[in-house]
Amino acid sequence: MSGAAAAVDIGLERRTAPRPVEELDSVVIRFVGDSGDGMQLTGNEFSRAIAKAGHDFATHPDYPSEIRAPTGTLFGVSGYQIQFASRQVFTSGDAPDVLVAMNPAALKTNLSDVKNGGTIIANSGAFTDNSLAKAGYAANPLKDGSLGNYRVYEIDISGLTALALKDSGLSKKDVGRCKNYYALGLMLSLYSRPLDKEEGDVRKKFAKKPELAEANVLALRAGYAYVEATEMFITSYRVRAADIRAGTYRSLTGNHATALGFVAASELSGVPLFLGSYPITPATDILHELAALKHFNVTTFQAEDEIAGICSAIGASYGGVLGMTTTSGPGMALKTEALGLAVMLELPLVIVNVQRGGPSTGLPTKIEQSDLLQAIYGRNGECPLPVIAANSPSDCFDCAMEAFRIAVKYMTPVILLTDGGIGNAAEPWRIPDPASLPRLEVKFRTDTEDYQAYARDANLARSWVRPGTPGLEHRVGGLEKDFLTGNISQDPLNHQRMVDVRAAKVAGIARDIPPTRVEGPAQGDLLIVGWGSTYGSIVQAREQAVAEGHAVAHVHCVTSTRSRRTSATSSSATRRCWCRK
Amino acid sequence: MNAAATLTKKDFETDQDVRWCPGCGDYAVLAQVQKLMPTLGIPRENFAFISGIGCSSRFPYYMETYGMHSIHGRAPAIASGLKLARPELSVWVVTGDGDALAIGGNHFIHAMRRNIGLKIVLLNNGIYGLTKGQYSPTSLLGMKTKSTPQGSIDRPFSPVALALGAGATFVARTVDSDLAHMAGVLKRAAEHQGTAFVEIYQNCIVFNDGAYDAITDKSMRDDTRLMLEHGKPLLYGKERNKGIRLRGMEPEAVTLGENDVTESDLLVHDEAAEHGGLAFLLSQFDVPTLPVPLGVFRDVSAPSYEEMNNELHADARERRGRGDLASLFSSGDTWTIV
Repeated sequence: MSGAAAAVDIGLERRTAPRPVEELDSVVIRFVGDSGDGMQLTGNEFSRAIAKAGHDFATHPDYPSEIRAPTGTLFGVSGYQIQFASRQVFTSGDAPDVLVAMNPAALKTNLSDVKNGGTIIANSGAFTDNSLAKAGYAANPLKDGSLGNYRVYEIDISGLTALALKDSGLSKKDVGRCKNYYALGLMLSLYSRPLDKEEGDVRKKFAKKPELAEANVLALRAGYAYVEATEMFITSYRVRAADIRAGTYRSLTGNHATALGFVAASELSGVPLFLGSYPITPATDILHELAALKHFNVTTFQAEDEIAGICSAIGASYGGVLGMTTTSGPGMALKTEALGLAVMLELPLVIVNVQRGGPSTGLPTKIEQSDLLQAIYGRNGECPLPVIAANSPSDCFDCAMEAFRIAVKYMTPVILLTDGGIGNAAEPWRIPDPASLPRLEVKFRTDTEDYQAYARDANLARSWVRPGTPGLEHRVGGLEKDFLTGNISQDPLNHQRMVDVRAAKVAGIARDIPPTRVEGPAQGDLLIVGWGSTYGSIVQAREQAVAEGHAVAHVHCVTSTRSRRTSATSSSATRRCWCRK
Repeated sequence: MNAAATLTKKDFETDQDVRWCPGCGDYAVLAQVQKLMPTLGIPRENFAFISGIGCSSRFPYYMETYGMHSIHGRAPAIASGLKLARPELSVWVVTGDGDALAIGGNHFIHAMRRNIGLKIVLLNNGIYGLTKGQYSPTSLLGMKTKSTPQGSIDRPFSPVALALGAGATFVARTVDSDLAHMAGVLKRAAEHQGTAFVEIYQNCIVFNDGAYDAITDKSMRDDTRLMLEHGKPLLYGKERNKGIRLRGMEPEAVTLGENDVTESDLLVHDEAAEHGGLAFLLSQFDVPTLPVPLGVFRDVSAPSYEEMNNELHADARERRGRGDLASLFSSGDTWTIV
């Protein structure tokens, strides 16, 4: 499908306005404002409009860890970045082409990121003496010539929103809250997106508050009309639709995708799902999503602490349901002892670590991929378990299902690493047909003949027995067990056997994973080895390097089954890495 | 025929050697629990015993039921997950004063707060036995142990008071040497809906021997313990002539017949009192000034956590219908690329 044809197919029409339209390959836009300015909403709405135009996109919400920092302060700035393109998009982009700054603090904290020669749309109405002082500006940067390297558009978004809503009867405060829709209108117009779809969405979103819905629609229209009516913008921009695989899509964040993957695992196996979790940024959204799905076989338990989160999940798994827990770095540290217990008990369990910056409390709302070694090695004793890392928001869905597939097949805890970047970021997700998803086979043992609690199958997995099964009463625990019966054993040779078999079981999972795939030339200047959410950045970097004539290849690790005792390690890439397109 | 009806104590004994010290109070508790199980009308496979770490936590290995010997202090959390996942099971937690009150204090109080259907049996010996003799959260002030050579400066707390403070709906206390009393209390706990907490005074023959002599020694126990009976006046003593009277908010020990005290002046025990004030007052009694209460301090009815959780699920299904993956996947805003 050619780009031009795609543009027609999705109903994108050339504007009738005389303003020329400039074709772009990709655009990076960052919306920044006070944490109360609604920038996350603006960014989200803009992404949806862009998605519907047939673009691929990736987003990066960046918000302060304070819930509502004092107005106008540097630390209260909240941002939302989106990259969309006429090709596949792997990251939310580096330097923004366009910065929409709703106040001086937002400009100050983000200016250095903006591409040289980039566009700044500044809400000049918010550049008051007071807010300039709060942001630490001695002089107004819009007036003192310091922004000479950028194309600056000063628009009094605050004032124009108020003007558009002067007859709305809303309070000054409520009027102020509509300015994000004004900004959205500006950007939709500038990027040649139709308004009518968005109006419908606003009315739906504010269905319970019709007066706010109407006000937001008015603000949206006013912003949209501003671009059309003024001579300020010489051109509008258009990004051609990407050549995206046919199908029905929705925008999905990684945390949401993770939750959906777990529900799918439960439905496809017919085994209920149990989440024991303690709230922690940036993982809590998974708890929120699952808590709202009680019409499925999903139980959520907000535990008293991180330890109880994983322990309740272990109890649930012992009870014969899919037990799981969600957390982030510091919580992961607290769960360590219980993880060791789960390895010893050989029960299926999934632990999601939505990583954030560390060490300690670190940077709760910022992104880092620094818990890999903790995941692989961070327990006492020889304590191997498989670790899976997701590449992208939508990959979280597949990884969540894969985590339970491995957990159940091998009777082992599995750590799933995602991070705040892909957890909060959204991208288009091609909605799968549930019938096309792999079944998840779960067998509970009921046969009492020759039952031994630690007897193993060909995969070295012991059997899963639900309490309530007559004749299979048995005890498990954290003390070392006899190789066969599972009774307590302190025998050194038995211990060696158990250490070996636990390692062999986990190492054997590698047989179940497709071989590592190298993207790029078989020989060349550089091989980039990556894992997890760095995938998009590496792909993009490799593409740039290849375009510049370098021979660069990329291998991406998704599952680690390494243990300290086996040299047969395998960090293997799965099919998922390259299947998005 | 119901298989549960034909079970005997023997059906609940495992082939594992019991490895407590000879003379340990834990043996008596194990025997009583094994005796109780067949009387409850529950199939053996529907019991699960979950423990943490410590001498008492070896308990599950000796029960021919489902069981888990888990990690230190976490048994209530593990048992909570099991009970929520499988509400039809009878889930028991066996713990000790270090396991439940020190390292596991948080899980202990939150289980009570939620009123989740666990039977929590705390074997309180006032000492760390398995690590060979350090003071515990229930050791007396001034007690000399290996970690307190000059005497403990940690103030102990009462497990019963803690459970009451956490909102427990069933709280009782018994003692390892009074088998009949222990059997009665455990039976009541087994039948309670929601969290049932039983503290058992248990003698550690090696590291804290004689800790409960004051209330177990036959020569004096009638004068040092107060057997709680619902609806009955608080009477005790060899001659059943001593009692507890309230002066304002202060309890005092009185003797019937002295200073015109009659039985009608005495406090009457009420397990089911709406607020736990009386139970808390009783939890503060201790020798030598007041007798030590044994029996059920509190037994009130409240919806259990698992019942409420089941209702949430039923309600969600009634409102939204049984969840369907296809509609879940495509909920929200979608678009189609052709």
